Amino acid sequence: MRILKIILIILLLIPKISFADDQLERNKITKNLRCLICQGQSVYDSDSDFANSMKILVDKKLEEGLSENQIYDFFKEKYGEWILYEPSLNKNTYILWILPILIFLLGGAIILKKLKFKN
Amino acid sequence: MKDRLIPSIIIISFIIIFLIFYKGLQETNIYTPKSEIKKDIPIFSSVKFDTKENINSSEIFNSNKFYLLNIWASWCVPCRQEHSYLMRLSENNKITLIGLNYKDNFNNAQNFLTKLGNPYETILLDEDGTISIEWGAYGVPETFLIHKNKIVAKYIGPLNEKLINEINSIIK
Repeated sequence: MRILKIILIILLLIPKISFADDQLERNKITKNLRCLICQGQSVYDSDSDFANSMKILVDKKLEEGLSENQIYDFFKEKYGEWILYEPSLNKNTYILWILPILIFLLGGAIILKKLKFKN
Repeated sequence: MKDRLIPSIIIISFIIIFLIFYKGLQETNIYTPKSEIKKDIPIFSSVKFDTKENINSSEIFNSNKFYLLNIWASWCVPCRQEHSYLMRLSENNKITLIGLNYKDNFNNAQNFLTKLGNPYETILLDEDGTISIEWGAYGVPETFLIHKNKIVAKYIGPLNEKLINEINSIIK
């Protein structure tokens, strides 16, 4: 009887867990997609017609078994790199990626130099 | 010398940043991706507006002639503006007009067509807006000129005299 109960609980939990996983995955993806007709909002944050359709399409693509990156590629092909909040590293975006690291290193160097100078 | 160097670097950086921002202010912030021009049309399936039967995109765009896919809705005011141009374009037998009815109410859409005329050979339904996203559209109205299963031109917003002339010169 106890085993039966445990099995029942597990069976009840499985759809919930997978549903929660899908939801998490969907939220993660839509947070990285820009709502192109809104000002400074992600698809996740927006409630516009455009964003709502995007959410439905992300769900559909997840159901079809596409991975996160495949979904990004799909939207990138339709709307260009701009739709992604996290653009991939290529010759057009390398400054964007390297600049923060450079600034960080430069700042660190200045602080170190100052500290040495004080000592 | 060293005392002057740092302030002057700071001032020069501020001037450069100011110039960049100032130039940025004057540039238009409407972003239109160049990526989808000459792209293959998406493969999708939809439901016909009048008969409600399922239809695949390959059954619609199946010949080598020009097609014009127009995304419209009865609630969209600019769609009313461009409708007379679409009616005129539908008289040209070199082009087939396909309508994609976007997030609309069936009765309203039908009233719209009875009142203003139906320029479309086929009308498809896009109830949840996902087909429009497959096309890379932003909203309504939006129009795609298709030739040999490729998007030749894309028009965001209502069509006007100038754009109709442009379409006519392409399909000539």
